Amino acid sequence: MEKAQFTSPWLPYLLLAPQMIIIAIFFLWPAAEAIRASFFLEDPFFGTATFVGLQNYSDAFAASDYQRTAWFTFVFVVLVSLISLGIGMMLAVSADRVLRGKGSYKTLLMWVYAIAPPVAGLIGVMLFDQHIGPLVEFVAYFGWDLQVGVDYWDTGFAMIVVATWKQVPYCFIFFLSGLQSIPTSVKEASAIDCRSETRRFWTITFPLLAPTTFFLLILNITYAMFETFGMIDQIVKDQPGNSPVTLVYKVFRDGFRGNDIGGSSAQSVILMILVLALTVAQFRLIERRIHYT
Amino acid sequence: MTTLRIRNAIKQYPNGAQAVKGVSVDVEDGELVVFVGPSGCGKSTLLRMVAGLEEVTDGEIELNGRVVNNLEPADRNIAMVFQNYALYPHMSVRKNLAYGLKNRGTPSDEIDRKVEEAGALLQISEFLDRKPSQLSGGQRQRVAMGRAIVRNPAIFLFDEPLSNLDAKLRNQMRLEIKKLQRRLDTAAIYVTHDQVEAMTLADRIVVLNNGMVEQIGTPTEVYSRPATTFVASFIGAPPMNLIPGELSKGQLHIGAHSMPMNSAHAGPVTFGFRPERAHMNGAASGLAVEIGVIEELGAHRLIHGRVGDHEVTVAQDAELPPPDGRMMLAFNEQDTHLFDPDTGARV
Repeated sequence: MEKAQFTSPWLPYLLLAPQMIIIAIFFLWPAAEAIRASFFLEDPFFGTATFVGLQNYSDAFAASDYQRTAWFTFVFVVLVSLISLGIGMMLAVSADRVLRGKGSYKTLLMWVYAIAPPVAGLIGVMLFDQHIGPLVEFVAYFGWDLQVGVDYWDTGFAMIVVATWKQVPYCFIFFLSGLQSIPTSVKEASAIDCRSETRRFWTITFPLLAPTTFFLLILNITYAMFETFGMIDQIVKDQPGNSPVTLVYKVFRDGFRGNDIGGSSAQSVILMILVLALTVAQFRLIERRIHYT
Repeated sequence: MTTLRIRNAIKQYPNGAQAVKGVSVDVEDGELVVFVGPSGCGKSTLLRMVAGLEEVTDGEIELNGRVVNNLEPADRNIAMVFQNYALYPHMSVRKNLAYGLKNRGTPSDEIDRKVEEAGALLQISEFLDRKPSQLSGGQRQRVAMGRAIVRNPAIFLFDEPLSNLDAKLRNQMRLEIKKLQRRLDTAAIYVTHDQVEAMTLADRIVVLNNGMVEQIGTPTEVYSRPATTFVASFIGAPPMNLIPGELSKGQLHIGAHSMPMNSAHAGPVTFGFRPERAHMNGAASGLAVEIGVIEELGAHRLIHGRVGDHEVTVAQDAELPPPDGRMMLAFNEQDTHLFDPDTGARV
């Protein structure tokens, strides 16, 4: 690669400044503020703050409510990430095989991605509505009395379905371009070497998609943990008390509905550490086994 | 025995365009047949039809006495070497070689033996545990060939396998491919657009143009008796000189010049001669040529000049004194070629 020399020593910093300022204002500062707040018990009405040490953290871990939310978040993230990966890959492989009307399939499948999370939540609320929801009616045929907003895991089920539905197109787009980046001649060589198409998929296509899968896995986990906030808000709006929420939603609820700034900050610091650990683990453990061309 | 018979093969695309317009070729046991032609002549398509990567619209592909038109590529007992190697990037060289055998249920000790053998034969033994990305272009090409060899197929299909290599390596690999094919004594089809590769490798050359066969013959036949003006200008470097003329009563008239020609044909013809088969002298008879630019190539020189309005090139031994001004060209009878100016066919 060619090495370019800047004429002024300040120019590179100037060019990096917008990004750095954004990171500082929207990440570093709030993060520092959260860490500070997590050690204090704050008066919700702008009064004094009392230093309480690690009290907020031990309170969070001890609360059965917190443990329950953590467990739900885990189930939610695992299912949403893996199911959307699986469906996205399946759709991409099928679309890749289609010869005619490829463009229309692609556009139709990608449309969903253009929907804003709260709108997806609204559509989800409607689909799972106790009185008019078509999905409620559908599962009733199989004897399932689905009660979103009443039953804890029924509500969780609805969230998982809506969150997955929203993420599938994203996975689809990336898998499709991943598939198309596999050289035709490699596919042809494998067609000469291996008769079974299923076997070809698992021995050639799937390993060559691994970088895409890994990338999407990280994005899906991030999505399921954080970006589903708006959708969850729509679904649990009426009765957040007994409904399952993710850890992020709980941070918001405890902080801004419950006015427990300190406790909420402690929870968000725990989340931050969790995400950090997760990312490091992913890169350490999984990336090593992936082949990048 | 005949390994492969292509009978009147036609490839037509859904939009009606024909890439291959009825080609028939036989490949005998142990024979190396080269398909050569300019890009878009249908040579690769024809090869891919044999491999089963392109559907055959009409005609028959018969391998070892069995029509394989509707067989999957994996069931055809062919092995193909691709232009860009097409190695599996996530597998080691060893696994690349073993993949086709493993999928055919070959016992693992036999796979190991064959992989080691091929590795030794191609001098890639020391790279067996590397990934393709850690190999040079020439080494990758060897692995691609190894993948074909271990399978022990009825026929090898080479699709421009040397195009991605630099000139020096290409000459070296060309020779190796030929030696290897002789040693394995397996029939092979080799597709190339490079006429030097075609001439040096082939037992027989199939010259294709526009989806049709122009000529099938040994390199010598194709070179010394080209069937059409297309073959004449495609095979040989620099290409054959082609000049329009008129034949009457055993005399060939070109512009104001004429020379005796032992042919009963009469009327307009295209006269052809190879640059290296013309004798240049100062005599009074023959074909007059105005000398233009001269290129010295060391062992010989290329003399560019004009016969009437037509550019011609003549090759000459560099030890002869360089010509100047106006010279005469003389030819041996067997080195002159006459073609029909309308059809391009030899007369």
